[in-house]
Amino acid sequence: MNTAVYVPCDSGAVSLGAGAVADAVALEAKRRGADFTLVRNGSRGLYWLEPMVEVETARGRWAYGPVAASDVPSLFDADFLAGGQHRLALGPTAEIPYLRNQERLTFARVGVTDPVSVDRYVIHGGYRGLERALTMTGAQIVEEVTLSGLRGRGGAGFPAGIKWKTTLGIDAPQKYIVCNADEGDSGTFSDRMIMEGDPLLLIEGMTIAAIAVGASEGFIYLRSEYPDALRALNEAIAAAARKGYLGGNLCGSGKAFNLEVRVGAGAYICGEETAMLESLEGKRGMVRFKPPLPAIAGLFGRPTIINNVITLASVPVVLDQGANFYKEYGMGRSRGTLPIQLAGNVKRPGLVEKAFGVSLREIVYEYGGGTASGRPVRAVQVGGPLGAYFPESMLDLPLDYEALAAKGGLVGHGGVVVFDDTVDLAQQARYAMEFCALESCGKCTPCRIGSTRGMELIDQILMGNRENADILRELCDTMSAASLCALGGLTPLPVMSALKHFPQDFGLPAGDAASASTQR
Amino acid sequence: MATEWDKSAVEAIAHALKSKPGALMPILRRVQDELGWVPPESIPLLAQILNLSRAEVYGVASFYHDFRHQPPGRNVVRVCRAESCQAMGGVALANYIRQRLRCDFGATSADRTFTLEPVYCLGNCACSPAVVINGELIGRATPERFDAALARLEARPR
Repeated sequence: MNTAVYVPCDSGAVSLGAGAVADAVALEAKRRGADFTLVRNGSRGLYWLEPMVEVETARGRWAYGPVAASDVPSLFDADFLAGGQHRLALGPTAEIPYLRNQERLTFARVGVTDPVSVDRYVIHGGYRGLERALTMTGAQIVEEVTLSGLRGRGGAGFPAGIKWKTTLGIDAPQKYIVCNADEGDSGTFSDRMIMEGDPLLLIEGMTIAAIAVGASEGFIYLRSEYPDALRALNEAIAAAARKGYLGGNLCGSGKAFNLEVRVGAGAYICGEETAMLESLEGKRGMVRFKPPLPAIAGLFGRPTIINNVITLASVPVVLDQGANFYKEYGMGRSRGTLPIQLAGNVKRPGLVEKAFGVSLREIVYEYGGGTASGRPVRAVQVGGPLGAYFPESMLDLPLDYEALAAKGGLVGHGGVVVFDDTVDLAQQARYAMEFCALESCGKCTPCRIGSTRGMELIDQILMGNRENADILRELCDTMSAASLCALGGLTPLPVMSALKHFPQDFGLPAGDAASASTQR
Repeated sequence: MATEWDKSAVEAIAHALKSKPGALMPILRRVQDELGWVPPESIPLLAQILNLSRAEVYGVASFYHDFRHQPPGRNVVRVCRAESCQAMGGVALANYIRQRLRCDFGATSADRTFTLEPVYCLGNCACSPAVVINGELIGRATPERFDAALARLEARPR
């Protein structure tokens, strides 16, 4: 019998002991003479169940978790290879409600397969998008992406098709595709999961972008905090090249596309696209003035498409299933699905891919199960370190670019961090300023100086000098209006939302913050 | 304090990578990865090989948090200080680690056993709080799990 046992190689699962579990499974199998293939898959994103072991049974994939290495002998005793009963048994993987109720388009394959096997990738529907793209003209591909409504998932939400169209329309001897894999936003990990769990999906998306606009070189700018993603990407790139999916003659089409991973060096600002280009050029990660847009004059002065990992990883499904299929998902101007990363103080943290429009309440309670500490939810930060803090009373907000912007927040990269009632929002606001001060590239004054002054003002307010609240609001106003990029421009979001919704944490009377606020 | 640096290693890295577009970053990256730091003496050397000014090389080397300007201790501990880990007791854990290692963030312990560094997100937010010890990621870290990892470290032959 050709059974397979799956133990994730995802770094999150490994951080909880998946490596030791895999070793124990192999050892126990040898001891008992059990015959099966041990596959290291990506993570399904059900992190409270990690390390989650799956078995390919006659009734489909069967899950067990969370498994410790010491549980492995008892799993064999319980005949887990045939889906036997065990205290850690979770039943059929696909029927776990957390997974069953999701709408996984981008993450369809993550956790299912061996991440770097091209054969497995193709068996599970991979490279169908590229095959279709190779039958189309560049303009047709761009049109398809535009029609799908796909917007940049990195945070800005700019329509991908429009960006591509700009680059397509320029005649240049060299164009570049750059993937922004500098997933620096704290509370987010979907890029990491794709790169570790289905790197070929990203490679396919970048290849489609390349043939759409006529680029022959691509770079993945990866943050240095992701060593496992680096290994997976390099292995996947080599495997794709061996099979003719990268290199000088893509699938026999005569088109060329070469891909290289470049590793950053711990600068958050390099997630800003123009700072990233500077870094790729071997310079300090200083933000550039725009215009010129990178789509016109980007890397080494050439037309460059820069998209986030999830954006590019969403392209294959758009090309494979068509723009109409993709845009059926979502609400308003937010089309398709968003891989939501649920983290912080939450009982069931993980990856939840849903169509835009799902409410924060559903994510935090129905998926997350409330706080891990069992205390009441007090605040939720949406969209990373530059995202707003919302009080529990606002959790009915839908995850939608426009709806969150209207309430002074942002979708960002889709991170949702939950805090219980022990959180001090004044400290969180101070941290936002501190983080901005640490990571500012220093090019523009509002960000470089304002962040430090912001920290001092919050300290002053906490010492009882309440009049500083008005100065803090003015400072935030200046930073958001006059900063060169999103770091200085959006740091006021967590600060002002904390001040507005949680004035008591600053020692301010309720209602005071709302009155004088000039904030959106 | 040992501050000797391996000139030939830096030269070899620079010559191997200098033809890449934007070569300075990959070179500094590899120097950092192989030596554990970027020795100040390597800056004029890289400037000469890449035909850049020393100021340009120094500017890049000093911009990025990863590039160390002193050699690290024998073990490097990185602790995530970002929001998700804060929400799961990361501040208390960070304080515990600071006392346990007798070392502040951004510093190396007096006996050079540990270098302690802050990191702002390891992408392990669903398993917060997160710590890295010599490249090994530990999720749902607690003082007990941290101590157990240190014990494994001490048991390991050097």
